[in-house]
Amino acid sequence: MIINEQTEPLEAIIVAKNLDFFYGRNHALKDINLNVYHRHVTSFIGPSGCGKSTLLRTMNRMYNLYPEQRATGELLLEGQNILDDSIDVNMLRAKVGMVFQKPTPFPMSIYENIAFGVRLHEKLSKEQMNERVEWALRQAALWDETKDILGQNGMNLSGGQQQRLCIARAIAVKPKVLLLDEPTSALDPISTMHIEELIAELTTEFTIVIVTHNMQQAARISDYTAYMYMGELIEFGLTDQIFIEPKEKQTMDYITGRFG
Amino acid sequence: MDLHKKRKLVNKVALGLSLLAMAFGLFWLAWVLATTLKLGVTGLSWELFSRMTPPPGASEPGGLLNAIVGSLIMISLATALGTPIGILAGIYLAEYGRHTWLGQATQFINGILLSAPSIIVGLFVYSAYVAQMGNFSGMAGVFALALIVLPVVVATSENMLRLVPDTMREAAFALGAPKHVTILKVTLKASMAGVVTGILLAVARIAGETAPLLFTALSNQFWSINLNKPMANLPVTIFKFAMSPFKDWQEIAWAGVFLITLGILGLNILARLFLGNKNKQ
Repeated sequence: MIINEQTEPLEAIIVAKNLDFFYGRNHALKDINLNVYHRHVTSFIGPSGCGKSTLLRTMNRMYNLYPEQRATGELLLEGQNILDDSIDVNMLRAKVGMVFQKPTPFPMSIYENIAFGVRLHEKLSKEQMNERVEWALRQAALWDETKDILGQNGMNLSGGQQQRLCIARAIAVKPKVLLLDEPTSALDPISTMHIEELIAELTTEFTIVIVTHNMQQAARISDYTAYMYMGELIEFGLTDQIFIEPKEKQTMDYITGRFG
Repeated sequence: MDLHKKRKLVNKVALGLSLLAMAFGLFWLAWVLATTLKLGVTGLSWELFSRMTPPPGASEPGGLLNAIVGSLIMISLATALGTPIGILAGIYLAEYGRHTWLGQATQFINGILLSAPSIIVGLFVYSAYVAQMGNFSGMAGVFALALIVLPVVVATSENMLRLVPDTMREAAFALGAPKHVTILKVTLKASMAGVVTGILLAVARIAGETAPLLFTALSNQFWSINLNKPMANLPVTIFKFAMSPFKDWQEIAWAGVFLITLGILGLNILARLFLGNKNKQ
């Protein structure tokens, strides 16, 4: 199922093996097998309710917050099964960051929004923290707009700026993988463009997994695409291949708009 | 067009009825405030804040100093006692006990406590504390008032924490924050204005409570800040003085009513300011 046309060897940072997911009795993910490649962008597409957000939320064990939700099978992050009960989820989430659909700045200053996550995992001196905050804001292309107002409440920023703040907050912890759950669906086209450019730049350091309803977006920004339907992974491969010559008729129908 | 006219008519009727209802409510409120102001201001004097409550038929003018100080002591201690317990219980209900039987039972019982007549709270403290200790005391008054503060703070803290969207909690957890850090640094912070407002409203509520003090702190004609002795306070003094046949006592009672009204008004304005600041963010 996996097409690998590149010459350099690809390293799979996340591997799902026979992954199943349940919301109570509802079987939401069915026998998912898929690789997420190191320092590449992988996008999950599919109609609403197909399980793409669920798959994303399995990767940082977000579902743990809700007792009726559970996952079975294997989900390996650098070879370690993160579904294992012995995994420290807080450590896992330091390695696998997440940005949500709606911007969720904390009710504190821009600086503190970013320092919050860093303080959870590292003890930094004042200078080191200043450097880290600046680094994260630069990475998120937000430094120039905020360098003079770091003490202001993060909730006063515009929607697009708030989302970039959330990305900066996530990468400040220096995760290996960044999960983006429809990060631009609440934003205007200009802000969306900013975020898409940002995603391209971030692949030099991070592995990115993005859930999107916007197929053009998946085509523009991702290296690999997974098409999901009704909890099943229908097709996974290089984005160009999925969009130009999909192997499955279902994928073709969805991409050409004859479905959903 | 006909439909348009009909809608306009219905709108006017509804607006008219609402205005009428508002005017009816405001009329009585204005009357109460005007009476308080008229009778209260005449009793205001420097002596009110510098002298003790007078004995009947005193030749010198009396004041409310012991009652004011007693009220302040009991209100602050009751708030200091009830607030932390209330906030912690509110955190439990909103963050930990949402679907547990303990959470639901606590919520139910808190609802009962919230709507319990304050005289019952007074009687409870009387039988549980005053009767055991053998005398009325300021401490008993503190316990009774704290029992009234508690459910108010529990309910407002819980409601305000629940207003914080789950997406914000998820965002904190997604950064690898443990639950207690998420609650202390994020959700509690996000709902701080609402929680503080709840505390202020709880203070306003106990500021005028008479019934629970009648059976607990009683009253004291003299200066006393001993918590093991009966303690003077504004509401019971007002109750006693207003019912008396002495003119000077009645005047002092009205001045006390005016002071309490002013205090409660101040607390409500403060609460509004807090919420207003929150909404601006």
